[in-house]
Amino acid sequence: MQLALARWEFAVVTVFHFFFVPVTIGLAFLVATMETLALRKQDAEWERLSRFFGRMFLINIAVGVVTGITLEFQFGLNWSAYSIFVGNIFGAPLAIEALLAFFMESTFIGLWVFGRDRLSPRLHLATIWMVSLGTVLSALFILAANSWMQHPVGYKLVGGKAVLTNFWAILGNPVLWGAFSHTVLAAFATAGALMLGISAWRVRRKDASPEEKSAFLKGARFSAAFTCVTTLLVAVAGDMQARLMDTYQPMKMAAAEALYHTAHGASFSLITIGNLKQKPVFQIRVPHLLSLIANLSWNGTVQGIDNLQAADVAKYGKGSYIPVIPLTYWSFRIMVGSGILMILLSAWGIWAARRRASGQLEGTGAIWFTRAAMWGMVLPFVANSFGWIFTEAGRQPWVVWGLMLTAKGVSSLTVADIALTLGGFVVIYTVLGVIDAWLMVRASRRPLDQVYAAGPAEGAGTEGEVPGLIY
Amino acid sequence: MAPFANLNTTWFALIGLLWAGYLFLEGFDFGVSIVAPVVSRDDTDKRLCLNAIGPVWDGNEVWLLTAGGATFAAFPLWYARLFNGFYLALFLILVFLIARGVSFEFRNKVDDLRWRRAWDWVNFLGSFVPALVWGVAFTDLVHGIPLSPGGRYYGGLPGLLHPIAILGGLASLTLFSLHGLVFLSLKTSGDLASRARRLALPVGSAAVATLAGTVAWVASAGRPAVVGQLTGAVPLALGVVAVVAVAAGTALVIAERDGWAFASTGLAVLASMGAVWSRMFPAVFPASTHAANGLTIAAAASQHNTLVVMTVVAAIFVPFVLLYQGWTYWVFRKRLTRPPEARTSVPAAGAGGPSPRSHDGDGAGSGALTGGRPTTRHA
Repeated sequence: MQLALARWEFAVVTVFHFFFVPVTIGLAFLVATMETLALRKQDAEWERLSRFFGRMFLINIAVGVVTGITLEFQFGLNWSAYSIFVGNIFGAPLAIEALLAFFMESTFIGLWVFGRDRLSPRLHLATIWMVSLGTVLSALFILAANSWMQHPVGYKLVGGKAVLTNFWAILGNPVLWGAFSHTVLAAFATAGALMLGISAWRVRRKDASPEEKSAFLKGARFSAAFTCVTTLLVAVAGDMQARLMDTYQPMKMAAAEALYHTAHGASFSLITIGNLKQKPVFQIRVPHLLSLIANLSWNGTVQGIDNLQAADVAKYGKGSYIPVIPLTYWSFRIMVGSGILMILLSAWGIWAARRRASGQLEGTGAIWFTRAAMWGMVLPFVANSFGWIFTEAGRQPWVVWGLMLTAKGVSSLTVADIALTLGGFVVIYTVLGVIDAWLMVRASRRPLDQVYAAGPAEGAGTEGEVPGLIY
Repeated sequence: MAPFANLNTTWFALIGLLWAGYLFLEGFDFGVSIVAPVVSRDDTDKRLCLNAIGPVWDGNEVWLLTAGGATFAAFPLWYARLFNGFYLALFLILVFLIARGVSFEFRNKVDDLRWRRAWDWVNFLGSFVPALVWGVAFTDLVHGIPLSPGGRYYGGLPGLLHPIAILGGLASLTLFSLHGLVFLSLKTSGDLASRARRLALPVGSAAVATLAGTVAWVASAGRPAVVGQLTGAVPLALGVVAVVAVAAGTALVIAERDGWAFASTGLAVLASMGAVWSRMFPAVFPASTHAANGLTIAAAASQHNTLVVMTVVAAIFVPFVLLYQGWTYWVFRKRLTRPPEARTSVPAAGAGGPSPRSHDGDGAGSGALTGGRPTTRHA
């Protein structure tokens, strides 16, 4: 019971946290890029867009930061046995993340928000780039910790604990670099899709002034191209990861496919209706594709769940080493499917916004594109969440692959304790989520700020010693 | 007896420094949030208070995350026992820190007085409760925890609410409030600063009384002796320094020596943490039952390799962090002044006509002074 509650709690607090993380990473980069364009081209439209999306960035990061604190506490609170087992290794990237990334993000955000009329434009631009660097470094170190759980390296077991032997191995973990590129690019694509949806809607909005139309069309063109490129790269990184997964976590690969029996030249199942294990009612399969994905060979061998389970029993002793197959099978497909839709949508966006001079999204299909782009804002969130659900559920029953079972990692707590914190998080996070969504909608309706040059904010310098009250 | 200076004790000291730095910095921003409702006469005052800590509070809070991360890395067993043992206390702190964190950002996003008042309450409670609970938790740590022979704590939240710990909690609450008052005196001007100064005497007196009481009680209560512990004179001396510094800080802020006053209340926080750390040493989770039930530095520490990596990383990057965080304080060194009433709005630079920014109260990312109020634009 404690185990189940602790797992639910971790699922709730991480999935919720990860709604905000990719938006933060992606928008920091996009806002920094827009501010750079504004400054270099002395372009007021980019300046206005950077402020518009900068405001959304701030609403988001507020929730992202506070829900991140929960996670640092979570390991000790509910997973103290796990913490003791991995602390020698897992703790270091976490501490380094705080030291290198969190300080950078939080300090430079303060400077960026409050320093607009205090710093020179170039220095002000530098602060948002430091924030962006901080968000990316943060991803690197937390993924170093997570990748070690997927594929432990640079360690030895001493007295029932994993002990560090080689820190460079942890940073050089191939799983880390696959996950890092996949995750950061997906974060960029998330912010891109958000910007595309909002920009397209603002171009089409009936009461939009020609000025605003022009600015948001610029935003739509830019974000469509950005989303398309980054999502394609996400797919490339994901493809790399599949081969790493086949090598290091073959059970996860088989679970992604619900492939029960080892196969040569394995086909890839697009969709299955009916029981995944016995004969399904209906299936669409692409011949040889799974073998191609898993080991780049037409007739390559992909191991099946049953075979791997038998091998694992021989290796680790009695027990089931199989993840929840419907969960892994479907979350994998939802992730990939959402990604493909994002590529199609952003390609459509490039087409629809191809003519700058017209000051409008093109053609009779534009209204449909706008609707699709607005609904399309949901896609990256679906893809991100199910991607992580797949990655983490696919690692089960292990918390550290091959070394520690999730069931062994939990704290010694009463059911009431965990139920209380779980209930508390659900309530607080629901409230936060509703407020955040409401504020984001409000922010997306705001008129663009008036700026007359890419220089300092209006009113800057006119107040003499009185700095702006931001809060 | 454990060797006095090795990587383990170095990291014990470094984590102490991180906690001390955290409480020094977040101590004043907690304090500002706690006293803001009392010293503010209107929404503008409230905003001056929040903006005084606005650029820095988030960076201050990262000291906590770094302390937590460093504890996890350097002393996994300590991290595990502490978080598992003080479960609901830490959950409570977490909930209030979450609420406080969003209150800064959300408050200015809607131009509605009721909305702002609601977030002001959140901001107040989000500071009040952690300021109290940190004191409770650290006093429990120095006083000793009723640990079972396996080194586990089963007392739950009520077990932490020993009278001595409650006194310690009041001490941290009043000390941080004073620290915040002094910061406001230092960073604001006019009536707001005077009101903060006037409040320093009662708050400072309460801080002296509760802190002195806690120091005396902890010193006299005793605890099962741990092999290698420091003589009781060290923590006692640091505790006395803290109490004297609180008294000095109170006198100095009343005398309008704001910089020195801030140094004094800061010293009080640092010396208190020094007292906590020297009193715990060489235990990290000391027992009030039998010394053997407690957890020592040596037993909790990570292996050599981890500590070496951490030491190298800290040696390279901590100076940078201190440098750019210090720079932030330099950039925002000026006192905030209340905007003259006639200038509650921004001159529409370079163009006539109403600025679209009066749409709502959201001033983020602009140099605007308008923020919260319905703009009354003067021709």
